[in-house]
Amino acid sequence: MAEKTKISLTVNGNAVEAEIEPRTLLIHFLREHLNLTGAHIGCETSHCGACTVDLDGRSVKSCTVFAVQANGGELLTVEGMAAGGELHPLQQAFVDQHGLQCGYCTPGMLVRAYRLLQETPNPTDDEIRWGLSGNLCRCTGYQNIVKAVRQAADELGQKEAAE
Amino acid sequence: MSDIKEMSLEEREATLGGIGSARKRKEDARFIRGQGNYVDDIKLPGMVFGDFVRSAYAHAKIKSIDTEAALAVPGVMAVITAKDLEPLGLHWMPTLAGDVAAVLADKKVHFQNQEVAFVVGADRYAVSDGVQAVDVDYDELPVLVDPRKALDADAPILREDVQEKDNVGQGLRRHPNHIFHWEVGDKTATDAAFAAAAVTIKEEIGYPRNHPSPMETCGCVASMDATNGVLTVYGTFQAPHVIRTVVSLITGLSENNIRIVSPDVGGGFGNKVGAYPGYICAAAASIVTGLPVKWIESRMDNLSTTAFARDYHMTGELAADESGKITAIRANVLADHGAFNTHAQPMKWPAGFFNIVTGSYDVPVGHVEVDGVYTNKAPGGVAYRCSFRVTEAAYLIERLIDALAQKIGVDKAEIRFRNFIQPEQFPYDSCLGWEYDSGDYPTALKKALEAVDYEGLRREQKEKAAKGELMGIGIATFTEIVGAGPTRNCDIVGLGMFDSCEIRVHPTGSAIVRLGTKSQGQGHETTFAQIVATEIGLPSDAITVEEGDTDTAPYGLGTYGSRSTPVAGAACAIAARKIRAKAQKIAAHLLEVGEGDLEWEVDRFRVKGLPERAATMKDICMAAYSNLPEGMEPGLETTSYYDPPNFTYPFGAYVCVVDIDRFTGEIKVRRFYALDDCGTRINPMVIEGQVHGGLAEAFAIAMGQEIVFDELGNVMGASFLDYFIPTTVETPVWETDHTVTPSPHHPIGAKGVGESPNVGGVPAFTNAVVDAFAQHGVMHMPMPHTAWRVWQTIDELGLNK
Ligand code: FES
Ligand code: FES
Repeated sequence: MAEKTKISLTVNGNAVEAEIEPRTLLIHFLREHLNLTGAHIGCETSHCGACTVDLDGRSVKSCTVFAVQANGGELLTVEGMAAGGELHPLQQAFVDQHGLQCGYCTPGMLVRAYRLLQETPNPTDDEIRWGLSGNLCRCTGYQNIVKAVRQAADELGQKEAAE
Repeated sequence: MSDIKEMSLEEREATLGGIGSARKRKEDARFIRGQGNYVDDIKLPGMVFGDFVRSAYAHAKIKSIDTEAALAVPGVMAVITAKDLEPLGLHWMPTLAGDVAAVLADKKVHFQNQEVAFVVGADRYAVSDGVQAVDVDYDELPVLVDPRKALDADAPILREDVQEKDNVGQGLRRHPNHIFHWEVGDKTATDAAFAAAAVTIKEEIGYPRNHPSPMETCGCVASMDATNGVLTVYGTFQAPHVIRTVVSLITGLSENNIRIVSPDVGGGFGNKVGAYPGYICAAAASIVTGLPVKWIESRMDNLSTTAFARDYHMTGELAADESGKITAIRANVLADHGAFNTHAQPMKWPAGFFNIVTGSYDVPVGHVEVDGVYTNKAPGGVAYRCSFRVTEAAYLIERLIDALAQKIGVDKAEIRFRNFIQPEQFPYDSCLGWEYDSGDYPTALKKALEAVDYEGLRREQKEKAAKGELMGIGIATFTEIVGAGPTRNCDIVGLGMFDSCEIRVHPTGSAIVRLGTKSQGQGHETTFAQIVATEIGLPSDAITVEEGDTDTAPYGLGTYGSRSTPVAGAACAIAARKIRAKAQKIAAHLLEVGEGDLEWEVDRFRVKGLPERAATMKDICMAAYSNLPEGMEPGLETTSYYDPPNFTYPFGAYVCVVDIDRFTGEIKVRRFYALDDCGTRINPMVIEGQVHGGLAEAFAIAMGQEIVFDELGNVMGASFLDYFIPTTVETPVWETDHTVTPSPHHPIGAKGVGESPNVGGVPAFTNAVVDAFAQHGVMHMPMPHTAWRVWQTIDELGLNK
């Protein structure tokens, strides 16, 4: 077995240190070393987005990122979205709008939509569709996912206006 | 007894969240938090991994397998080949279609990426190193890719193992590459009708090989507990009980020593019905190593080896009178089943329910012939989000009726009205042997045409045509046959295709419901609770639905072919009614009246004529455990096994409008309107979601999905780079609508809906694309309608000049 490398990073606000084979993919590191199984594997080739996580303020497909590339980084996964136990507006919106069926694509969709709304706080439906085009879903036909992101965007926008 | 003035009737009904309520899904809570529990999330103590060495060739003899270098790889624990499985009798497995399939290639390989050896190791990375290190020496053989050449006298013989057999499970065969011949209908009468017809049409209509490709691939964790002799397999199973029985038949383990668990399943669409070599090898490896073994398919493995769909090469003919009234149908099909006959249909139906090919139309006579053949391709032939071969049948008839309309110059909506089975004809006996339960096709199509302003669209199309622009309007008025099925004509490995439901009501007014089906995203935890809620008057929020564990769930045949609602949903209602019957006896005892003096009202029994005297279901639940009539067994639970008297026949009317760029061939779906009639609607929100999803899959199939092979049998592009899965950007916006024609034989009148949009969607897309070219005499265009292919048609016709 190859020599191990030490990495340290922040995952969902918690400091994490680990020794891993340099070839370990980030998705395997999350799922198998940290037991964070929210992000899924759908294709291993960066086409489906099921493995999407947020690394240093960018959406990345963790199936094609080495864990060592996340060294020193700040990582957000779906498990970190419900801050203090309260659902993120996106999570609630996915339930309200029936934006999920089998749920397999959902963690990737949520984390990607989270970043999309930071990049484009008040997106048009078209911007939502383009913004999520790296995330595939086989169950929903996307329409309700778009609606859910719309609902969350509106809600977050209102919150901001109120503050 | 309880105060019954607290809430109005409507409020009480609303509190139940029963049939018809758009209640939010129960399962979502875990999925949105990343707390789903899919197979690959399962981690057992000491668990190791396994993966396959796969064949690079489509047809070759295996000269040798050298595992030495692989065994020297750090972390690799074992390499299993057919030789190792042979003493256990596990190197071949019986298929659901009566054939056998290789678990690990035995002396030769029959398709590219076939499983040749199984490497077991401490982690994925070690296994992957081990797989690379196995050295297999092959002798290439001539390859058979084109099913049309399979029965040639000089075709290479693929299945030498069954070469001498005149029957491989589904009737007599006439060539070593022939699997079955299936025929239905009246040939003589059909020939006569064609000879006498004023008009006939004949079209070759292919349905390419594609793949269900759910977002989660197939996989399992097998764990043999040597002490107790119990094998537990967690896996992506659409039909856990069937898997248990099959595993028992294959391994000789008794069924009580096998536990099959389907945890959360990330979509199935037919891909997860069958039994795959990975399951057998993981189980064998667990027996060998004494450790739990995980096998998870990669996406390429998934697309290139487990259960493809379609691959039907159809020739369809219609005979009609001058007005376009169909007088006969004829269909001839060549079915490519790949290397082993592993298609998943009820045993007696080698071509599934393809004889639903008369569709929504009153066709007096017909004849269908289907031949299945072996080729050097991955085995399968599953129903990709449809009932058995129904989507192929619906595609054929919906294409043919359009072609007939074009031939005689009748509008494509009008020709449908002229041929529809009329509402008063139900129950309707089709000429090819089905009894349609209920339907109202003209009302559905009328509603659809009005919704899209059909006449306006046709006018616009004409105006555009005058300017050289391409616009197409596609109609599909399909009928499905789902809910397999009556055990008198449906079985899988001899097991009748009933389904089951067990209900256990708790003292304080809540319940657990267990079923033999298995949700893969359909929302069973939500919708089955709604059925029970309405039937027994307890809130759906207080009803837990559990599926997928063979140790606890009653025996059932699983979820596919839109059978959950028609079969298990019916079992649910019947079981709930048994509960209510006992509850009525308890209520009579509590209210000190005769059973016959009571009437049911939403959530309670009332004394007739004395509405203030009532026992609520909640009261009754407690009484069932504390205060029973003399001689009655305590408790409130029951099980129902439901053998449906007939199939259900959902239908719909879809309209699709496309604009085609005459310089690039790109298709823009401007509008897609889908009207579905699935009988009684249990949860409108879930139904709409199912329709959206099915339409998106139909769009994928029509516009881009195809598993392509080169002449050497190499799979061309089995990854999401090449295999078309539409993104948010390409996927059209869906408009949904409905009519309600309940099934007369289903206890709550429901018919099932999950697959209708795939069955009806695909022909609607193709019909729209062909319609854009109809004025130029084009009768059919083969799927998938990629821009390149459409451009070729445009170019041939010179429309881009
Ligand atoms: S698994 Fe990473 S993009 Fe598909
Ligand atoms: S909900 Fe199943 S893949 Fe998106």
